[in-house]
Amino acid sequence: MTDADDLRERVDALLAEHPPETTERLDFLRARFDAGLAWVHFPEGLGGLGLARGLQAAVDEQLVAAGAPDNNPGRIGIGLGMAAPTILMFGTEEQQQRYLRPLWCGEEVWCQLFSEPGAGSDLAGLATRAVLDPSTGSGHRDDTWIVNGQKVWTSSAHIADRAILVARTDPDQPKHAGLSYFLVDMHDPGVEVRPLRQITGEAEFNEVFLTDVRIPDSNRVGDVGAGWQVANGTLMNERVAIGGGAFPRESGMIGKVAETWRTRPELRTPGTHERLLGLWVESEVARLTGTRLRQKLAAGTPGPEGSAMKLTFARLNQELSALEVELLGDDGLRYGDWAMTRPEIVDFTGKDAGYRYLRSKGNSIEGGTSEILRNVVSERILGLPSEHRVDKDIPWKDLPR
Amino acid sequence: MTELTLLPDDVEQDLRASVRKALEKHSPTERLNAIYDGTDEVSGPLWSAFVELGLPGLLVPESLGGAGATAVEAAAVLEEVGRAAAPSPYLTSSVVATTALVALGDTTILPLLASGEQTAALLVRPTALRHGPAALTTVGLPADVLLLPEGNALYAVRGATTTPISSLDMTRPLGEVDLAGSERTLVSDDAAAAIDRALLTGAGLLAAEQVGLARWSLETTIEYLQERRQFGRVVGGFQALKHRLADLYAAVEQADAAARYAAATLAADDPDAPVAVAVAASFCSEAAVHAAEEAVQLHGGLGMTWEHPAHLHLKRAKADQLLLGTPESHRQALAGLVDLPA
Repeated sequence: MTDADDLRERVDALLAEHPPETTERLDFLRARFDAGLAWVHFPEGLGGLGLARGLQAAVDEQLVAAGAPDNNPGRIGIGLGMAAPTILMFGTEEQQQRYLRPLWCGEEVWCQLFSEPGAGSDLAGLATRAVLDPSTGSGHRDDTWIVNGQKVWTSSAHIADRAILVARTDPDQPKHAGLSYFLVDMHDPGVEVRPLRQITGEAEFNEVFLTDVRIPDSNRVGDVGAGWQVANGTLMNERVAIGGGAFPRESGMIGKVAETWRTRPELRTPGTHERLLGLWVESEVARLTGTRLRQKLAAGTPGPEGSAMKLTFARLNQELSALEVELLGDDGLRYGDWAMTRPEIVDFTGKDAGYRYLRSKGNSIEGGTSEILRNVVSERILGLPSEHRVDKDIPWKDLPR
Repeated sequence: MTELTLLPDDVEQDLRASVRKALEKHSPTERLNAIYDGTDEVSGPLWSAFVELGLPGLLVPESLGGAGATAVEAAAVLEEVGRAAAPSPYLTSSVVATTALVALGDTTILPLLASGEQTAALLVRPTALRHGPAALTTVGLPADVLLLPEGNALYAVRGATTTPISSLDMTRPLGEVDLAGSERTLVSDDAAAAIDRALLTGAGLLAAEQVGLARWSLETTIEYLQERRQFGRVVGGFQALKHRLADLYAAVEQADAAARYAAATLAADDPDAPVAVAVAASFCSEAAVHAAEEAVQLHGGLGMTWEHPAHLHLKRAKADQLLLGTPESHRQALAGLVDLPA
């Protein structure tokens, strides 16, 4: 029996034991996780079956067709795309057992505490400090870290239960060497979340202030001082999550513009037609590149190729949304609503053309600016010389700030 | 529907390796300049090597002496041909003319093409996207058999006179045909669909050649920028150049995915082939020109010389951009295929 046949039988068995129409949503999701059908490429016992990543799509399709509930992936994207692979790759068995199931089932929403006001592209220069509490002893897994600092651009922080955090544990080391990676309880009394209003009017991101936040050492991921390596694993996954994946034709921004083109023939001009066709071709090619990348990843792990995908994705979203505003003419001047809201789910292709135009500006900044990604591609894929770095070997505490 | 695979398998990798070896031996770039000066000592021996590898018969059914392979294998050959900017009738004879004859059920000419004894060329305008009137200025010459469209009919013509034309890209000969004194035999009186199929296949597989051109330009430029020193450092370390190469890399990877999808749809006779080909033809031809232009610019003065091979790829890429439909004409065709009317 092939893996695909075996999976089909397992899904049938899950549906038979837990009929979606009579099973509570959370109970169904937990049963699906326990059956190894949450993410089949994860190991057995952690929601998977140790199979190829590419086999997941058929499982999802079969469950959708049977009317099974999903885990609302749009709401828990950071957990699924970043926290989970990191915990799987670098976490202890105890951490994996504790966190992955509620993460996947959506019982615990995760956010990411990486960027700081003083550390954007230069993430490794971050200043949030984690210090071992002297009263809990030292060198033991029951030690406690005390964290102080400020994080920014944290999506979902206002609904999050947990966070992945990179903090400086040794300022005497050069910047990359003195970082450690932690899992944080967002309900700790020292965590304060404030909305950060953005150019669209709403606040999908937050600033997070950390004041004497206590983290047990058992929630450290990777060795003390290995935070940079762990964080890089997370970021590779983020870029794949943003730029990669398989989608049907005309999904995303091109679908919006094509729909406007088809339903509003009075707007058409020869110039916009040529631009639309050019962008349609580029969108389709980007989609095929994502498909090919996903086929490559089916057996492996994300590499820097995701960075090239994200560059293209950002540029196309910006050009398409700009075209749509122009295409709409008089209507392009309308903007739905500037009200300050705090959305739980962000849809780059949601709302109106003006919103999409403004929101897409973030696509070339978030998750690595396009400029940094071009460095990543040229250095790690093409093997060109690294940028001249004056701060690499100096203790972090001695760097000018 | 199962998803078409966009990754090479072992058979393709082996084929690619042997084609590359033949090209490196018989068509090194330093021998190509002579073609521009009127001496072609490359295409003859290269064709013999291709014949030895059985390449001319890849798309010909086994019953007629071919290999019964698919567009995916032919695309692998063409990507290598593009990489080398090699002079070869592979596209015009072994892909376009062969596809038309296969579609028409020919059994007399195909064995000669499969064995490599003869080559053929379809007499259409070089920029033709669809079946239309014959053109007497055409690429892929000299060929032993000319396929002449007349209305819906297709004739096989032998004994025509062709006069070579000095062309932008001398690695793909262009000629003027004089039919006086030639002999013609009817291949089919209902050939329009077969010709469309041949042109579609040609445009889809030309995209693979364009990927080869683009990849050569990218790789050669990276190599050079890692050696060239100015201002006391390797110039590939300057961010202005690194960022251009990062963008070029992204474009080449995308072109590769687009060309592979086009070849896969042609191989599978997938109904999405016309869309896939229009997308690949539009994108890859521009990517190849862009890559070749970047190669010239980023090689600085060296890129402008007759001695450096960048010009061979630039000329081939620019000529390829017009061949079998310009990017704009492919996008206009796409407008009808995907319901985005003007």
